Amino acid sequence: MRRYIVQRLLLFIPAILGVTLVAFVLMRLVPGDIATILVYEAGTERAGAAQQAVQKMRRELGLDRPIAVQYAHWLLGAVRGDFGYSYWERRPVSEILGERFPRTLQLALMTVLLALCWAVPLGITSAVRQDTALDYLARLVSISGLSIPAFFVGVLLLFFLVRFFQWMPPLEFTPLLDDPAANLKQLIWPALAEAYYISAPITRLTRSLMLEVIREDFVRTARAKGLPERLVVYHHALRNMLIPLVTFVGWSGGRLLGGVVVMELIFAVPGMGTGLIDAVNHRDYPTVQAIVVLMGLLFLTLNLVIDLLYGWLDPRIRYQA
Amino acid sequence: MEQRRELTVAGLGSEAGGWPSVRAQRQFVARVVRRQPLGVAGGIIVLLLVLMAIFAEQLAPYDPKQAAFEIYHPPNRAFIMGTDHLGRDIFSRVVWGARLSLYVGLVSVSVGITAGALWGIVTGYLGGVADSLSQRVVDTLMGFPPLILALSLMAVLQQSVHNVIITLAILLMPTAARTLRSTTLSLKEMGFVESARALGSSHARIIFGHILPNCLATYIVLFTVNVSYAIVVEAALSFLGLGAPPDEPSWGGMLNAAAHAIQRAPWIALFPGLAISLTVFGLNLLGDAIRDLTDVKLRGRESQSE
Repeated sequence: MRRYIVQRLLLFIPAILGVTLVAFVLMRLVPGDIATILVYEAGTERAGAAQQAVQKMRRELGLDRPIAVQYAHWLLGAVRGDFGYSYWERRPVSEILGERFPRTLQLALMTVLLALCWAVPLGITSAVRQDTALDYLARLVSISGLSIPAFFVGVLLLFFLVRFFQWMPPLEFTPLLDDPAANLKQLIWPALAEAYYISAPITRLTRSLMLEVIREDFVRTARAKGLPERLVVYHHALRNMLIPLVTFVGWSGGRLLGGVVVMELIFAVPGMGTGLIDAVNHRDYPTVQAIVVLMGLLFLTLNLVIDLLYGWLDPRIRYQA
Repeated sequence: MEQRRELTVAGLGSEAGGWPSVRAQRQFVARVVRRQPLGVAGGIIVLLLVLMAIFAEQLAPYDPKQAAFEIYHPPNRAFIMGTDHLGRDIFSRVVWGARLSLYVGLVSVSVGITAGALWGIVTGYLGGVADSLSQRVVDTLMGFPPLILALSLMAVLQQSVHNVIITLAILLMPTAARTLRSTTLSLKEMGFVESARALGSSHARIIFGHILPNCLATYIVLFTVNVSYAIVVEAALSFLGLGAPPDEPSWGGMLNAAAHAIQRAPWIALFPGLAISLTVFGLNLLGDAIRDLTDVKLRGRESQSE
């Protein structure tokens, strides 16, 4: 077991370093020199003075040092929580992140909770009652959830809310602690729309896993013993499906993080998603880099946790020498 | 060798050599329809889509980029799907959008999956340092949530249809590489590879003559499954304003404009959204059917009804 943990950790570290490197390199590849842009925005456009001002700005931003040094400098800062300074919003990037991250986190957690509460029981029921009307209905719902892109669901939902309930996304965002009711009222809709999209593959997977497990001998034994069906299905059968299911849910996190960006835009939630899009549009590269790295870190950490959980859940791995 | 066996299993009558007869072909089609009715339905949808894309010029009543009409006009006889916020005919844009989506989807998947597959096969076969290094790169690329990576890439490359294709191809490569690497690894252990080496075949000959043909089924499944994925990601990028330029008739881009005018002109959102959903639906059904069919061929057992 320990070897498994160490192995997973050893794979994690180069991956996260790679993510920071790729994000860093990508931002340096964007056309246009940030120093020139800033100087010209400030308005010092006289010929000779402009050149000097640009040079000065480059020294200030540290752009004149070799790339490797810049990367090391950024990385050391990032580890300490300093992600640089946003020139668009005129404040440290870590401040922006600190504000936006909890909102995105809340939205993501709500989405996952809703999706799991909906998808897993539906998949199980669909498998247990295979080929009944309920099964076909469930499969139809999950195929439609797969096919209809999340942003279309979001836009449709927005339309219904606006047209039939006269509700528009509020301009001000209320944090959870300030006013739970208002906060939930704003976040429930993007969470629902995204959960519908995320739950579709989970339902399908749960269904096919359950179909396989139900045919196993130990299920037949449990039924023959006279155990109530509820116990057979939700205790014995479910446990044997958890491993691939949990792994898959972990990988869904990637789709979730991407989908959150879109949902935040539609429902005007000022989280990391809208932050990323704003930053890209405003050429605010330190912020883009920080958000991209943070999301990559989240995703990799989630999968690391899932992998470790997998090691604990699967007794075969747990008792390996 | 393997291809011949597949045709034999399918019962096309090529055991005796030669092309299957018309009767054999009709029986094959009937068997496919019986086994995978949903797949056939999906195939029909996809076929209609392809026809719409090919004959876009003939089908579209107006120029999709021409903003010469009354804005926000609801659907009526002249404009079947109404006009958008710039006065462009939505029906024409939807029709041309089929061409854009299909073009982007097919090209990006062809390039991405093929490149990724070759990458995975070669590094999987060679093993050692090359393999470990390549796996670190794949892990890194897969560490990004896909849409986030796509956004960053589009931020670097400026907005254009070709850059979207490049971005999507890069997105698809790691998955293909990883999947085909594991296929290659299991193929490497098989007897016929060992005997080929013993007979003195060069690495290149083994890769192209033995490993590649056996990866074909996996490749085909990956290909079909990811076309719908590519189309959705392109739509998402355009929806966020970072994909195709707003001028182009992209279904996702149309949804972007629609979201702002949703109360005033809901039809701008409805039709492109339905188009995407229907396309993905058809492709998914088709992809599932193809996956089931290739499973049966290779493993010789009835796949579970899905």
